[in-house]
This record gives sequence, C-alpha cells and structure tokens, in this order.
Amino acid sequence: MYFLLFLQQFLNGLQAGVMLFLMAAGLTLVFGIMDLINLAHGSLFMVGAYLCATVFQQTGSFFLGLAVALPGTALVGIAVEIITLRTLYTRDHLDQVLATFGLILFFNELTKIVWGPRALFLDVPELLSGTVEIIPGAPYPTFRLAIIGVGILVAIFLYLTVTRTRVGMLIRASATNREMVGALGVNVKLLYTLVFGLGALLAGLAGAMAGPLIAVEVGMGEDVLILTFVVIVIGGIGSIRGALVGAILVGLIDNLGRAFLPALFKVFLDPATADGVGSSLASMAIYILMALVLAWKPRGLVPAYG
Amino acid sequence: MAEPLLKARGLSKAYGALRATDELSLDVSHDEIHAVIGPNGAGKTTAVGQLSGELESDAGTIYFAGQDITGLAMYKRAHLGLARSYQITSVFLQFTTEDNVAIAIQAHDGHSFRFWRAARTDPKLRGPAREILEQVGLADRADVPAANLSHGEQRQLELAMALATRPSLLLLDEPTAGMGQEDSSHMVNFLRNLKGQVAILLVEHDMDAVFALADRITVLVYGKAIATGTPERIRSDPAVRQAYLGEGD
Amino acid sequence: MVRLKLTLKTCVLLTGLVFLLVLPLIASALEEQFYIGMFSRILIYALAAVSLDLILGYGGMVSFGHAAFFGTGAYVVGILAFHGVENSALLHWPLTLLGTENVLLSWPVAVLVSAVLAAVIGAISLRTSGVYFIMITLAFAQMMYFFFISLEKYGGDDGLSLLQRNSVGGIDLGDDTNFYYLCLALLIGFLFLCHRLVNSRFGMVIQGCKENERRMGALGFPTYRYKLLCFVIAGAGAGLSGALMANLAEFVSPSLMHWRISGEILVMVILGGMGTLFGPVFGAAGLLLLEEFLSIYTEHWMLFLGPAMILVVLFARRGLYGSFVEKREKNG
Repeated sequence: MYFLLFLQQFLNGLQAGVMLFLMAAGLTLVFGIMDLINLAHGSLFMVGAYLCATVFQQTGSFFLGLAVALPGTALVGIAVEIITLRTLYTRDHLDQVLATFGLILFFNELTKIVWGPRALFLDVPELLSGTVEIIPGAPYPTFRLAIIGVGILVAIFLYLTVTRTRVGMLIRASATNREMVGALGVNVKLLYTLVFGLGALLAGLAGAMAGPLIAVEVGMGEDVLILTFVVIVIGGIGSIRGALVGAILVGLIDNLGRAFLPALFKVFLDPATADGVGSSLASMAIYILMALVLAWKPRGLVPAYG
Repeated sequence: MAEPLLKARGLSKAYGALRATDELSLDVSHDEIHAVIGPNGAGKTTAVGQLSGELESDAGTIYFAGQDITGLAMYKRAHLGLARSYQITSVFLQFTTEDNVAIAIQAHDGHSFRFWRAARTDPKLRGPAREILEQVGLADRADVPAANLSHGEQRQLELAMALATRPSLLLLDEPTAGMGQEDSSHMVNFLRNLKGQVAILLVEHDMDAVFALADRITVLVYGKAIATGTPERIRSDPAVRQAYLGEGD
Repeated sequence: MVRLKLTLKTCVLLTGLVFLLVLPLIASALEEQFYIGMFSRILIYALAAVSLDLILGYGGMVSFGHAAFFGTGAYVVGILAFHGVENSALLHWPLTLLGTENVLLSWPVAVLVSAVLAAVIGAISLRTSGVYFIMITLAFAQMMYFFFISLEKYGGDDGLSLLQRNSVGGIDLGDDTNFYYLCLALLIGFLFLCHRLVNSRFGMVIQGCKENERRMGALGFPTYRYKLLCFVIAGAGAGLSGALMANLAEFVSPSLMHWRISGEILVMVILGGMGTLFGPVFGAAGLLLLEEFLSIYTEHWMLFLGPAMILVVLFARRGLYGSFVEKREKNG
C-alpha cells in the first residue's frame, strides 16, 4: 500500500522534474552561452500555456495547440531577444535582472489584457487521457507518463545536439570563448538568437504540457521560474547535465516531501503539530536542499567547466 | 645557510590537462630579490597565486618565516607579511589614490568592524598613507581618483598598496607590465632602493630589469624550475639558453 | 566638519526635507488625508530601499530577496500582536514568550529576527557570487514566502489582521499624522546611521569589496565576514521597515515577501541611484508615485511600468538622484 503510494509520488516527482528540466535547459543554455540571466523565461512558459489553451478552446485539439504553441513561443522569444535582450548581453547581471523583471510585468499585464484575468483550462488530450498499469494494480495517468517520455527525448536530443553537431560545437565553443567564435566568421548574433529561440521553444513546450495539469493563469510562470533557479543552482550554471540532475532531484524531493513528511512527523509528534511542521518543512525542503548543496559544493553538483 | 624566508616545495596546480605548475620548488631568502622568468604560459602567475594563497595548490607545501602556510587563507598570509601586486592593475578605481593606500594600511591596523568614525579623516590611516605616497612619488596625486591616473601611476600605486601592508616579502607580478621605457626604469630604480628592506619575489618579462635587480633567478618552463642561480650562472646555463632563449642545436 | 554650502545637493535635500515635514499640514489643509498614508508608505519603502542600497550600491551584492526580511519584520509584529490580543503564549519551550503590542518590545524583536534570518541566508548565499547570488537570494525569499503560507495558525495565504497599531508611551500611533512623523524620524535616523557607516572603516571595506574583492583579500581583509555583517545590517533595516509596514496597513500577509516586492525595492534603488545615500529615497518616491499616477489613467499601468524599467536600465543607469544631483556634485 505504502509502496504503491510511493511509486505514484515518485513518478509525479519525476514528471515535475522533467518539466523543470525543460525550463532549466533553456535558461542554463542562455546563461552559459550569452552570460544572460533571463527572469522572463517564466513568461515564455506562460505564453506557451496560453497559446496551447487558446487553440484548444477553439479547436478542441490539444495537439493542434501544441503545434501552435511551440513555434509561437519560439517566435515570441526571438522577438524579445531581438528587441531588448540583445542589447543586454554586454551589461552586468544587475541590468539584466532589472530589464527582464520589467519584461515580466509587461508580459503579465499584456496577458491579462488579451486573455482576461480568469484562468483558462485545458483538458488532457483524449489519446492520453487514460491510465496505464505500471505494475499490476497500480494505474498511473498516461499523460504524465507521456510528459516523462517527452522529457527523456528532449534530454537525448539536447545531448546529441551539443556533443555531435556543428551548432553544438559552436555552442560549446562560444561558452568558453565568445570572441574566438566571432573571429572564426560565425554569425554570433544569429547563433545567439537561435539558441534563445530554442530555449523559448522548450519553455513553451513545458508550459503547454503543464496546461492540463495546472491552471493556465497570469503569473503561472514565476513560481516555475524560481524553482528553475533552484534547479540551476543545485545542478551548476551552464551545465545541461547539471540541469537534468538538479531538475529530477528537485522534482522528487518536492513531491515526496509534500506526500510523506507530515506522515513522517506523526510518528513522534501529535497529528495537528505534525501536519503543521511537516507541511512547513515540505514547502521548504528544496530550498534546504539547495542550501546543503551550496554548503557542500558552491558551484553546483555538475559544474560546467573545471 | 640560514633558513629561507619563503620555502616552497613541490608546488603543483593543474587546469584539466594543463599543468600550470609542476613540482615547483623555490626559495626566497631574507632581503633577497629573487626573479622568476620564463616564456609565456610557464606558470609564473599561477605560482604567485599559489604562494599568495589566491589559488589552492593540488600538491606541495609552502613555508613562510618558518611556518607552514600551505592551507592558510589569503588574508591570513597577508597578515603574516606576505604582500602581492597584480600583473593586471587592480587598484580601486573609484577610490582616490590616497584612499587606495589608506585601505591597505587599514588592513593591518586591527579589525575594521568600526562603524562610526570617518575613515577618511583618520590620522592613523592618512598619515602613513601620505608617507608612502611620498615614497613612491605620488604625493601630488593623492586626491585624484585612481581611475584618472596614468597607467604608469597606477602601477606605482599598485606597488604602494603592497608596501603599505608593511610586508616582509613582496610578490610582484610584472611590476613594469605595459610601462614605457622611462616609467620602467623609474620602477627598477625604486625596487633597487627597496633592496635590503624587504625580500622580493619578482616575476618579470623585462630582462633588463631582471638582470639589473635580481640576486638570484629561477627559470620556469612548463611549470617546472629548470635552473636557479645567480644572473651570471643563468646567463651562461646551456639548458636555459636552449629552452628559454630557443638557442642551441 | 559641516560646510553648509548652497550646492544643488543641499538645495534638493533641504527642499525634500521641508516638503516631507509639512506634508501632513498640506494634506490636512486640502482635506486629503489620503496623502499622509501614501507618503507613510513611501517613507517605509524608502527605508527598505536605503537598507538594500547598503549591500547593493555600496557592497556590490545583488540581492533579489530583500522582501524576505521586509516580510519577516512585518510578520514578527503581526504574530506578536496576535498573541498580545489573545493573551496567549507564542512559545512555551525552551522559554515562555508572550505576545506584545508595545513598540519598544515588538519592533526591536522584529529587527532582531530579521537580522538573524539575514545572517543565516547571508552565510549561505555569500559563499557564492554573481548570478548565483542573485538566484539564491531570490530562492530563499521564496522559501520564506512559502513558509509563511504554510503557517495556518497565522492565516496562511490570507494573512493576519492587526486589531490596532502598536502603541508606545503616550503617543497615539493610530493617528496617521503621528505615525507618519514616526516613519519620517526613523528614516532620517537610519539615513544618518548609514551615512556614518559608509564613511567609516567598515564602509571603506564594504566599498572595496564591491570593486575588487580579490584585492581586498590580498590586502589582508577577511572579506566574507564584512560582507556578511553588511548583509545582516541591511536585513535588520528591512525588518524595521517591515515592522512599520505591518503597522501602517494593520495587516500582514505572505504577499509582503513576494518576489515582486523584492524586485520593486531593487528598482527603487536603481531608479534613485545606487551607491548614493539619498538616491533610494527618491527612487521609492519616484516609483510609488509613478504607480499611483499611472493607475489613475489605466488599471493596466504595469504595461507601461515594465518597459519604463527597461528604458531606465538601458539609458539612465545612474538613476534620478544619481544623474542629476550627485554627478554634478562630483564634477563641480
């Protein structure tokens, strides 16, 4: 009984981790290559969710929504890069934080104007609406499993892109030596725009897939963004492998903590206190994890270089 | 022979596959100017970093004034009398020239958890700072922001800050870097005057300066010391001529 | 040494001070009491912004989590008042703590608790620097946000209402004008403290760390300790402003430590001019008045505020006060 519950929560954690990975991968790529900290990455998550939800409401098809949300978010990302972020690459991190903070306010308000203040809802696509018996007697939603699958595919795709392709080589090279890549005659501007677009696309993918699981509403991106930061700090900035490790860890600990900590405390505290302490601690668990990792390895678990 | 002031044994530091310093051993005696030369990338700056405590060594030990300082934090080494200057000028550009020296003095005048009295009018800091500026010839530039100093003046200030901590050993990383002929010979004269007051480990590219100043020279190639000796010996050392000057067959 | 030269700086500051001193009179004369509360809010945020400027402008530590200390200060006041009214104990073990509504007890405790929190968060965050530091401070503030949401006893998500403002001696803080002047006095006091601080030996060390921490270490400064203490002082300042905020609104909620508050305090510092003593005060006034002004015309004022922020970052880095007042001082 406990085992089944654990398994279910474990998979939930994995699925949450995959979502975080999609966010963290884009953010960490942009940071590693352009040295840009982009708070508005969460807004792209929101844009992806809204685009998908809108198309879904018009057509009733989640997959059509996905087909619009992915290129749509990538285009929004590219537009933002060209209009504002491009000028920020050479600025210090404080400027980047402030300007992208301004972008968040802008995007949130714009979303409120276009879609209204009420949350939108997205249904799980019919094709994936059932459950799968992972082990006999333990059904698990197909949609969540599909998300985990997508995450694994993206991880493999990113790994192959970065290690095996010419673009990947440029990505690695420009992360270590920006001027050199420019001197080689590579169009660095275009490369940056493409990388940013890829990051936006991944954020849009995460947002669209999250749509059926959480309410699509203004501000949904920020909570995810901060969790993504925790992931990146734990994993190590600029490292895709670190993003994967950090995301899975955060996803698991957050879900398992919320599910089991209150029960755990009931062993030696009275139920009311245990619920209070347990849920408080569960809501802080990943931040405590982050603090512990920092105390142990200030540059994250899988630092990018050296 | 008396125990040297600084004694480094088997210092190593690797960056991935690159061995910046490799089993490097080095002595600096009291009152000596010991120059370290070597081609670009020989690991000279890395060695200074390891000695000053800015870089953690992979292996090796460092003794300073008879004390094992291998694992000691940079600021603690500074308090034992080890001061360094930087190859790339790192003075505080927003402070005035005098502020720069004063903060170096402040570092060695007890703790700085003092919150109330204005530091800029504190005679305990400003008096000695003036003296040192006189000594290095920057007194008339005392109130100028360091950002407005010329490159040569900034190099002088860099040295003044190191001196202000009253060190027994100065680690100087290319004090004449980027200087013109005239400034450069000023610097050499100034360092010559310091001889006998403080021991100096001098990393330098300018061979004229090195041979004019050094009591002993160590030649570094690929992180290893290939020869140590008097300038005359180094000049005639066949291994040095071959490896460093690219001479020989 | 006091030189009262009639420079632009002294003119601007004196005008500002006189304006703030007579504001309640003007507001009363116009029968627009609303302005007193609005400017109390500005003064309170100014206090928070000045404290952030200590670490940001002078110490070079880009903290995106200052609201954690602001909110904690507010919650301490709220929780103490909650128990004070209930007459119940806040803590039984290891010692019995009772609630209180007395300013002289409640506010120092708020400052102290915020300082301790800053010590813990700072001790961990300062092991890193740069962009890590930004993300970590943001994350820790979010942790505090969720922590207070999880406190069902104190209202959780909905927050906690104060029955009345805290009291001190014979002064009625329920009176908006009295409360306003108290805020003003505390802000001026804090500014004076900061003035001494940044010009002291400690202040020199902090500013040196901002420009070149490595060099400070090579000179012999254990930089971590100085930066940590600076972080703690800033946290304490934010705690005090939080305590004031709880009293102004007579209400505390987790939204006080939402990341957006951290962002707004940060923007106030930049808008006014970081690394200047008075800049953040002007920044707080500028941002909050702009918000008020824009909200008259449109409920979607953030649509304009966001791009305005980007423009300030891109084109007016030194901020309002920084570019117009301090700059000329330096050149003159």
